[in-house]
Amino acid sequence: MTEKLSNDDKSNSSPSGRLGGVILSDKTIARIELLKSRFPEGKKKSALLTILHEVQDENNDWLSVEAMDKVAEVLGILPIEVYEVVSFYSMYNQKPVGKYVFEFCRTSCCVTRGAEDLMDYTCKKLGVEMGEVTADGLFQVKGVECLGACGYAPMLQLGDFYQEFLTPEKMDALIEDCKAGKIQKLSAV
Amino acid sequence: MGKKILLEHINVPGIETYEVYRKTGGYASVEKALKMTPTEIVEEVKKSGLRGRGGAGFPTGMKWSFIGKNNPTHHLVCNADESEPGTFKDRYLMEKLPHLLIEGMITSSIALEAHLSYIYIRGEYMWVYRILERAINEAYANGWLGKNIKGSGFDLDLHVTCGAGAYICGEETALIESLEGKRGNPRIKPPFPAVVGLYGNPTVVNNVETIMDVPWIVMNGGEEFAKIGIGKSTGTKLISASGNIKKPGVYEIELNVPVEEFVMSDEYCGGMQTDRPLKACVPGGSSVPILPAELLFKTAKGEQRLMTYESMSDGGFATGSMIGSGGFIVYDDRQCIVRNTWNFSRFYHHESCGQCSPCREGTGWLEKVTWRLEHGFGREEDIDLLWDIQRKIEGNTICPLGDAAAWPVAAAIRHFRHEFEYHVRFPEKVKDRKHFEYEPWEKVKYLMAKQEAMAV
Ligand SMILES: Cc1cc2nc3c(=O)[nH]c(=O)nc-3n(C[C@H](O)[C@H](O)[C@H](O)COP(=O)(O)O)c2cc1C
Ligand code: SF4
Ligand code: FES
Repeated sequence: MTEKLSNDDKSNSSPSGRLGGVILSDKTIARIELLKSRFPEGKKKSALLTILHEVQDENNDWLSVEAMDKVAEVLGILPIEVYEVVSFYSMYNQKPVGKYVFEFCRTSCCVTRGAEDLMDYTCKKLGVEMGEVTADGLFQVKGVECLGACGYAPMLQLGDFYQEFLTPEKMDALIEDCKAGKIQKLSAV
Repeated sequence: MGKKILLEHINVPGIETYEVYRKTGGYASVEKALKMTPTEIVEEVKKSGLRGRGGAGFPTGMKWSFIGKNNPTHHLVCNADESEPGTFKDRYLMEKLPHLLIEGMITSSIALEAHLSYIYIRGEYMWVYRILERAINEAYANGWLGKNIKGSGFDLDLHVTCGAGAYICGEETALIESLEGKRGNPRIKPPFPAVVGLYGNPTVVNNVETIMDVPWIVMNGGEEFAKIGIGKSTGTKLISASGNIKKPGVYEIELNVPVEEFVMSDEYCGGMQTDRPLKACVPGGSSVPILPAELLFKTAKGEQRLMTYESMSDGGFATGSMIGSGGFIVYDDRQCIVRNTWNFSRFYHHESCGQCSPCREGTGWLEKVTWRLEHGFGREEDIDLLWDIQRKIEGNTICPLGDAAAWPVAAAIRHFRHEFEYHVRFPEKVKDRKHFEYEPWEKVKYLMAKQEAMAV
């Protein structure tokens, strides 16, 4: 399952994006103002990457065309300046994703400690191929590149946090925690 | 036990909070630096012999002295993008010692006469971003940041900002582009950031660990720092150890420890993970050449190899490697070098920003050819083809990512050509990805010899 050559998730490179509305709470708007204040006058665009994270967090982990246009408006820049950034960085999603995305590190150090076996195990357990979302929309398994946890391999990123020193048993428990809605978000910490 | 500069207080409970950090002597270097002239601080750093810990090993004091004097608006940017496979030390440092980074940023900003500085952290480390954000707020609240710091007349604003998943943003000019809210496309150098950097102003970009060494140097003097280590490898360095060893983790070493001791002693890696023998090691992050076991503990000349910039690169690329970012990855004989080369090539293809054709196309070719070799579809001429592709990438690109993609391939072929040949000659055997787990290399060698004998 992890053996495919094509490594590029082309889903993210489409410049067109999808429609899906946008929500910006007062809290996020206040946060955006704070982020903007950290950069000099005339250089507010610097806050773009951080703002996109906040907006994506509030909008089911993906960025619709409306969301990107809204960010452009808030920063006083052209929509294309937002689109080109969103399509460059792998953490921004331009289409809906599973509720719980298991982003396994598939790079060398993790492979030496069994990351490939664990990805296979997880895919099989959930009945999906790499990249696919389960029928109930709950889970998605992805392979990503080194996450800076090479000594704590095998590992994955789930939402805002890392899960390290994984084993099949730990995967089972993690899946159960997801189903029970027990996964913490950073904003709540 | 070797001397600890960065991790000295790592086990003090609560060291990540301002109060505890301050009690262990934290922020003293700022008080001292505020009474020194910028030139004096730069001189101390020069005397220390400190070299950049981000990978290139460029002398920090010298880099600082290049900062453009024509434009009075300077910036210091801390590179916390850490995404070189094998490297995870900066995350550890920032999680545990956020205030040491802030102290280093303030002291270094004083030396560089920078009044607006940033820490750029990779987007995946979002919880670390929050740790830093909180620590910066504490530093503001205690008068270490903002206007007229501790009545000195020196102003400094420091903020943390984040990326969003792009290895290339660790390259300093791509990082600056990204920090300006753009795609992470590296800039053509010259001009160097020290002349035209963030917002067009003179800018110094330094690694997290480099910045964290500065407070100690200011407090104890450059000469004391230079006494640790050997020759031009001064001070201590953090090594991120991973792969098939007993105790993966982050270790602070004096730059004079023998490689063998580092791998085998219980103080560090604790020896191999299982009873399977050591096969190879990538000693400085995925971009540096891989070393076969026989060149790891001893150089080609038969001398003991040390964890220093010089000893690690002894023999050049023919028989040496580089200490790079300190990402020390150990492979035992279950691991397949061809598979690993494919893994790294895929990484670089995935991470190429796509600006220059040799890198954009070349990394794709490297990935495709290593993939087909590893999966039993290789051809005899593929090994030479790989060699040819990597040679045409190296040196022909805007930024060093091209070289970083080429070097691992070149080194793998240089030291493990027989393994590539095995993949071409026994395609059925390599189709299962665990081929070396089931069949140790000794048996593989026997198979190869038998086939050769039959051909004669
Ligand atoms: C492709 C590429 C990726 C890099 N990634 C990092 C990184 O993640 N962290 C880092 O500190 N330096 C990285 N560097 C090195 C930086 O360009 C720069 O040399 C370094 O931040 C300078 O800091 P130093 O002198 O303190 O080492 C990278 C370089 C290249 C070419
Ligand atoms: S070498 Fe690769 S990563 Fe660097 S600028 Fe060129 S295409 Fe981009
Ligand atoms: S290789 Fe998996 S986290 Fe670095």
